[in-house]
Formats: sequence, structure tokens, C-alpha cells
Amino acid sequence: MSIKDQVIAIIADQAMLDPSDIALDNTLEDIGIDSLGLVESIFAIEETFDINVPFNANDPTAGDFDISSIAAIIAAVEKLKLEQAT
Amino acid sequence: MNRVVITGAGTINPLGADVSATFAAMREGRCGIGPLEIEDVDRLSIQIGGQVKDYDETTQFNRQQIALYDRFTQFTLLAAREAIGQSGLTFSGDLADQSGVVLGTSGGGLNTQDENYRAVYEAGKNRVHPFIVPKLMNNAAASHVSMEWNLRGPSFTVATACASSNHAMGQAFNMVRCGMAKVMVTGGSEAMLCFGGIKAWEGLRVMSRDACRPFSATRNGMVQGEGAGVFVFEDYAYAKARGAEILCEVAGFAMSSDASDIVMPSKQGAARAIAGALKDGKIAKEEVGYINAHGTGTAANDKTECAAVADVFGAHADQLMISSTKSMHGHLIGGTGAVELLACIMALRDGVIAPTIGYEEPDPECALDVVPNVARDANVDVTLSNAFAFGGLNAVIALRKHARPAGH
Repeated sequence: MSIKDQVIAIIADQAMLDPSDIALDNTLEDIGIDSLGLVESIFAIEETFDINVPFNANDPTAGDFDISSIAAIIAAVEKLKLEQAT
Repeated sequence: MNRVVITGAGTINPLGADVSATFAAMREGRCGIGPLEIEDVDRLSIQIGGQVKDYDETTQFNRQQIALYDRFTQFTLLAAREAIGQSGLTFSGDLADQSGVVLGTSGGGLNTQDENYRAVYEAGKNRVHPFIVPKLMNNAAASHVSMEWNLRGPSFTVATACASSNHAMGQAFNMVRCGMAKVMVTGGSEAMLCFGGIKAWEGLRVMSRDACRPFSATRNGMVQGEGAGVFVFEDYAYAKARGAEILCEVAGFAMSSDASDIVMPSKQGAARAIAGALKDGKIAKEEVGYINAHGTGTAANDKTECAAVADVFGAHADQLMISSTKSMHGHLIGGTGAVELLACIMALRDGVIAPTIGYEEPDPECALDVVPNVARDANVDVTLSNAFAFGGLNAVIALRKHARPAGH
């Protein structure tokens, strides 16, 4: 499974939706993921990809990890995986 | 001062998943203590407990809830659902603002702590689930009850070890009595039957390896249990006006501190709490027909408790009945007073006194009528429930039969 599909699966699971119901331009708010759901999603992403996500719940928009849309989250995870590989 | 009545009761404990199943087990003198089914039980020297068996959290709660509900919170919510359901109350508007929840627990989310310490120390994981803190905190159960039923008034958690539930219910009683709240959801919960929870208790060398036999000369210690009891304490005038079924009246409450030893009980401290509850409820000694004892099954507690009862009641001590239902459900620590209050309610409402099972041989230092092994029919008007905690903190609650109006 690609990083994209895995991230979508994690987020869909958290939102209790089918992965096919998640659109790349959705925001987390669009699909009903609240602040607790977000930290759970980040936990699942860290566990799945064995990475550390730079995310501070005090200021979710700060830092390099862009959570503004599903596509942004996928891109951020891909970037972290790439950095891990090099 | 307002009179306070109980209009709902709920429980899940080793004897049953609701109040009627628990009453049935207490009537039959059934034992809910058995071999522990927990991880690493083979490394424990104590391998028995009063476990809630045949329990599947996934049939009660969804995944999101389970991520936030430790076992002690789950037990609380199930007991609260039964109690509030029985009361027939729904909380909105002014009633919601005037109603709260005060619960007792000692270990809080101890299973959550145990599992996650295991993950980081034993399994070497460097990451834990994000909700560990809100899941393990001692007030999690009270908060989730307040959220689930919209209880927006005074709400908090009391932790006084083995007396936590009685202290919590005493607070609830006084809050309704003085008008601070109209309805209080109260009681307590405990779930510390995990490797770390039992291992810590083993250290004290007060645990029995085979059974809890309170007051018996052959007793050899306490047995831990788990579960919850929750009650709806309500302003009598309000309950009467809405035509609620009243289970009984909360008549009196007192607490005291031994101020002497961190683990050894004191006869004087216990006696002051018992006498205090009678005085608080303007109860004559002769009115008390049944006492649900703290009765842990340790050498020290049982003889001290019997001596305290003898001191307070004098000649009447030989007339009243005193039993320890811990012999059946084990010691639920912070939840124990709440489950044991059920035995008091059963005595008042059904005229059945729950027995002390496992009783083998009289102990001259516990020479009271401990209702050995078999339940007894008796008509009692007032009952007491004792709780005497480690740390010397004592809390005794008195219930009185509620006379049902003629024609009902």
C-alpha cells in the first residue's frame, strides 16, 4: 500500500468513514475529526511509519507538519519518510 | 435541612452485572471469588480475586469510548446507567445545574497505568497512545458520568483508599441535605486487578491465597475485587413531588480520622465514626438492625471492628446482625462501600440479610451475630455501612427504611 493509501486508511478509520469517502482536498474538520481525533491520527501515523511527527497540540498550525488538508498531511508524511531514508 | 432519599441503584461487580443479579447472589450466599485471569498471573503469589467475569467491553462501548474509558470508568458508566435509568430522571435546565456527581476510587485507571508502563519499560516502546492521561486520571469516571447525563453542578472524585465510596456518598448526602444540590449521582468504582495492582498488595502480606473469611477464627487475609456501585441521591421533596419510587432514606453520615497509624486500624476511630453516624441521623442504637461491616478478613480489622461495634452499641450489639459481603465479592477498595450499600438496601427493602460466607470457626474476639454462611430473613428499619481505610480514615453511612404510603 502506498503512503497515500495508508494515510487515508488511518484517517478514514479515525473518522469512521470508508476510505473512498475521503477526498484529498478535505480538511480534518470536513470529515469530523476533532482535536482528540487529530492526536490519535498522528499517533497512528507515527506507529505505522515509524517516524516522529513534529506536532504540538498547543499550536497545531505551527511547525513543518501541514495538516490543512488530507493531501497536505500525505505530503508531510512522504517528506518525513524521505528524510528518514536519507 | 432537606431529607435525602435514594431513587436509583446500579452496579456491576463479581456477583452480577446489575442490582437484581447481585441481590440474588447475596441471598444465595454465592461466592464471586475465583482464580484470577490476568496477564502474568503465574508471577503472582496471590492468584485469586473477585473479578468481573464474562465482560466484553466491545459489546458495551464503541472504539472511541474504549480509547478514553479505563475499566474503572466503564464499570462506573454501566452502574450509573442502571441507577439513573431506575430513577427516571433526565437532566436539563435548572435541574442539570443543580445536580452533580461525586464518586470514590482509590486506584483510578490503574489498568491503564499498568499496561502502559509495561509497554514502555518491558516492551521498550517509546510511544504511548495519546489519551493515557485522560484515561487514567482518578476523576475520569466522574467526568464521563457528568458528560453522559449532563450533570453540570458540583462534581468531583474522592480518594480515601478503602473508604473512598463512603466518603463520596457522605459528601453527596450532605450536599443534597444542605441544598447545595438537588440530585447527586454517587458511589464508587475500582479496577485494580492487574499484575501491578496485585503485586503491590502482595507486599503488605495481608492477602489470602485461598478465600476471604471475615470474622472466622480461620481467616487469613483479604481478597481483592473489582466493580462499581452507583446511586441517585435525591432531595426527598423533589422525589416525592415527581412521584419517584423511593428505595430508602439516607439517614446519617459521619467520618473520623484515627490520627494514629498508616495501616493499623483503631477501635476508637471506628467507634467515633459509628457513633457519629447515629448522632447525625438522630438514630437510637436499638433501631439499628443490620450493619454491613468493613469486614476485610484480616486479623486486625475484624477484631477491631467488632470491638468498636460492641463499644458503641453495648448490650444491643448482641441483638443486631453484622455481616461482611466481602466474603462474596472481595474487597473492591475504593468502590467497596458502594457495592456494600446494596446489602443495606436489600435488608431494608426485601428483609433479607446477606450472609458472611466462608465462616468456619468462631473467634472469641469477633463474638457478634455475623450471619454465618446463610442469608437470613429479618425486618430491619435502620442499617449502617462501615468503611475504615488505610490511613485511618473512617466513614459510616446510615440508611433508614422508607415507609411507603398506604395504598402503594
